[in-house]
Amino acid sequence: MTDTNTKISFTPERLAKAKEMIARYPDGKQKSAIMPIMHLAQEQFAWMSQDVMDYVASLLDITPIEVYEVATFYTMFHLEPVGKHVIEYCRTGPCVLMGGEEVFSHLKNKLGIKKGETTADGLFTLKEVECLAACGWGPCFQIREKYYMHLNNQKVDEIIEELSK
Amino acid sequence: MATKILTEHISTPGIETFEVYRKKGGYTAVEKAIKKMTPDEVVEEVKKSGVRGRGGAGFPMGMKWSFLAKPEGIPRYLVCNADESEPGTFKDHYLMKNMPHLLIEGMIISSYALGANKSFIYVRGELMYVIRILEKAIEEAKAAGFLGKNILGSGYDLELVVHPGGGAYICGEETALLESLEGKRGNPRNKPPFPAVKGLYQSPTVVNNVESIATVSWIINNGGEAYAAVGVGKSTGTKLISASGHIKNPGVYEITLGLSCDEFLNSDEYCGGVRAGHRLKAVVAGGSSVPIVPGALFLKTANGEDRLMSYESLSDGGFVSGTMLGSGGFIAFDETACIVRNTWNFSRFYEHESCGQCSPCREGTGWMQKVLNRIEHGKGNMSDIDLLVDVSKKIEGNTICPLGDAAAWPVASAIRHFRDEFEWHIKHPLEATKPGAVYMGDGVLV
Repeated sequence: MTDTNTKISFTPERLAKAKEMIARYPDGKQKSAIMPIMHLAQEQFAWMSQDVMDYVASLLDITPIEVYEVATFYTMFHLEPVGKHVIEYCRTGPCVLMGGEEVFSHLKNKLGIKKGETTADGLFTLKEVECLAACGWGPCFQIREKYYMHLNNQKVDEIIEELSK
Repeated sequence: MATKILTEHISTPGIETFEVYRKKGGYTAVEKAIKKMTPDEVVEEVKKSGVRGRGGAGFPMGMKWSFLAKPEGIPRYLVCNADESEPGTFKDHYLMKNMPHLLIEGMIISSYALGANKSFIYVRGELMYVIRILEKAIEEAKAAGFLGKNILGSGYDLELVVHPGGGAYICGEETALLESLEGKRGNPRNKPPFPAVKGLYQSPTVVNNVESIATVSWIINNGGEAYAAVGVGKSTGTKLISASGHIKNPGVYEITLGLSCDEFLNSDEYCGGVRAGHRLKAVVAGGSSVPIVPGALFLKTANGEDRLMSYESLSDGGFVSGTMLGSGGFIAFDETACIVRNTWNFSRFYEHESCGQCSPCREGTGWMQKVLNRIEHGKGNMSDIDLLVDVSKKIEGNTICPLGDAAAWPVASAIRHFRDEFEWHIKHPLEATKPGAVYMGDGVLV
C-alpha cells in the first residue's frame, strides 16, 4: 500500500466538505475536526493507512503523530485493509442475552472466517465491537452507517446473500 | 395516564420534521425563553424543576448550570453528551432518531440560558445515521430563524455543531468527552479544575446528557414547579428507561419517577413481564455499571417495602441490598442466564474500554477479566472469588474517573449476591462448562 502515497487526496466534494468541517470549530482549534475528517477519509479510502493519516494531518496542519494517536485510540478506525462490507457485531451482555453468541457464531460459519478476518473474495470483514446502544433491539450489527437489528440466523443469511450479489 | 414529558408525540408520523414538530407545539419554548425571559430566569426555572442529570450521575442540572463561571470576554460552551455507550442504555439513540427537534429546541434554550453562542452535540460515531438526522433538523431550525444569527430578532446568536465520536465508551465521561472534542485521545482529566471553570478549549463549559437537555422545553412551557410536581421526592419528573434482556417487550419507556418496580416489570404498558414460561433471576437496573441485584431485591427492599423506580428507592440499602437508577439501562435476566458468564462479559467490556491512564483500572480490569474468564471456563480456584473482591476494592475510588468504579461494582455485586453460583462453577467445572449449563440455586428466582 506504500505506492499509493501520491494518490491520496479527497475528491473535490469531500475536500470542500473537509474545509467546511474545519470551519465549524473556533479559529485555531481546527484539530477538533480530526475525527469528522477521519470518518470522511475512511468513507473514501476504506481504512486508515499511514498515507491516509498523513494526509489528514496535512489538511489540519498538525503533526502526523497527532492523527496516529487518535486513530489508535478509537475503535471505529480500521488500521488494516478491510473488505467491501465491514460487519461490526455487538458482543456485549444485552445482545448476548438475546442470543447474540449463537447468531454471530452462525455468521462466522457462514462466512468461513473468524473475528478480525476478511473473506478470500474481499467482500466481508468481521469486526467484534462493544455495545452499539441498541440493546432492546438486539442482537445487532452495523455495516457502515446502517444498523441491522433483531437478528436471527435466517436474517443473517438474507443479509449476506443480498450483499453478496 | 402517566405524564409524558418527552415522548407524548414520539409516535406522530413526521415528528422528525420541523413542520410536524412545530404543529405539535414545538419551538414555543424557544419563543417564550428568548422573547420573555432573561437567561437567569431560564436557569431559575430549571433549578426549580429539580431535574437531575439523566446520563447516570443524577446531579441536579440547574445547580450544575449555576456553577458555570462567567468571566468577561471568554466564550462559554454548552456540550451535549450524546455518546451513549453504557451497556443496556439506548434511550438517547431512540429519542434523537425519532425526535431530533426536541433536542435541538432544548439546546437552543439551554445555550441561551448559559450565554453560549456555539454549542456542540457530541454523538457516538457509530450513530452516523442519527448525526445526519440531527444535522437535517438543525438546517430546518436555521431556515425557520430559530438558529443562527439574531434568533427571532433578539440579537442572540447561536450555532450548533454535531460532532462524531470514534468509538470509545470512556468519552461518555465528561472530561474525556472534552478532550475528544478537542481532537485528542479520550483520556479523562484530573479535577479540579472542573469543566464549569475550565472545560472545552480551557473555557467555562457545561456538559449535559441528551435526555436532560430534552426536558428543558417542557420546563419552560409549563414551569419548573409543574415539573417538580411530577415524580416523587427528589426524583422529580419522568425518566426514559431502556429495557432489554429477558422481558416480553424490550424497548424505551418514559416512566414517572416513583413508579413501582413491579409495575414497570410486569405491566403490559411497560416490559410486559419476564418472557413467557420463564422466571426472573436478576436485574441490572441502571446500565451495566450499577450493582446487579437478585430479582427479589429489585422488586422489594431488604425491609420488605415495595421498590420504586426512583434515585432514592433503587439505592435504598446501599450496595448491600440496593443498586442505582444510573442511566436507566434496565436489563432483566431470567433463569437461563449465567451470572458468571455475564459478569465476565461485562468485565471484558470494561477492560476493553479502560483508557489505560490509571494503573488500578488499566491493570485491575484486565486482571478481573482474566480471573472471571478462567472461572467461566472451568479453570478457577476457590481463592479466585476473594481475589476478585480484593481487586475490585483496589480499583474502586482509586482512579481519575468513574470507569474504575463502573468496572468494580458489577463484579463485587455479582459475588455478593450470587457467590454460590461462582462456587458451583469452580467445584463442578465439567458440568458448568457444558453448553447452556446454568446453576439453579435455591430460592433465587421470582
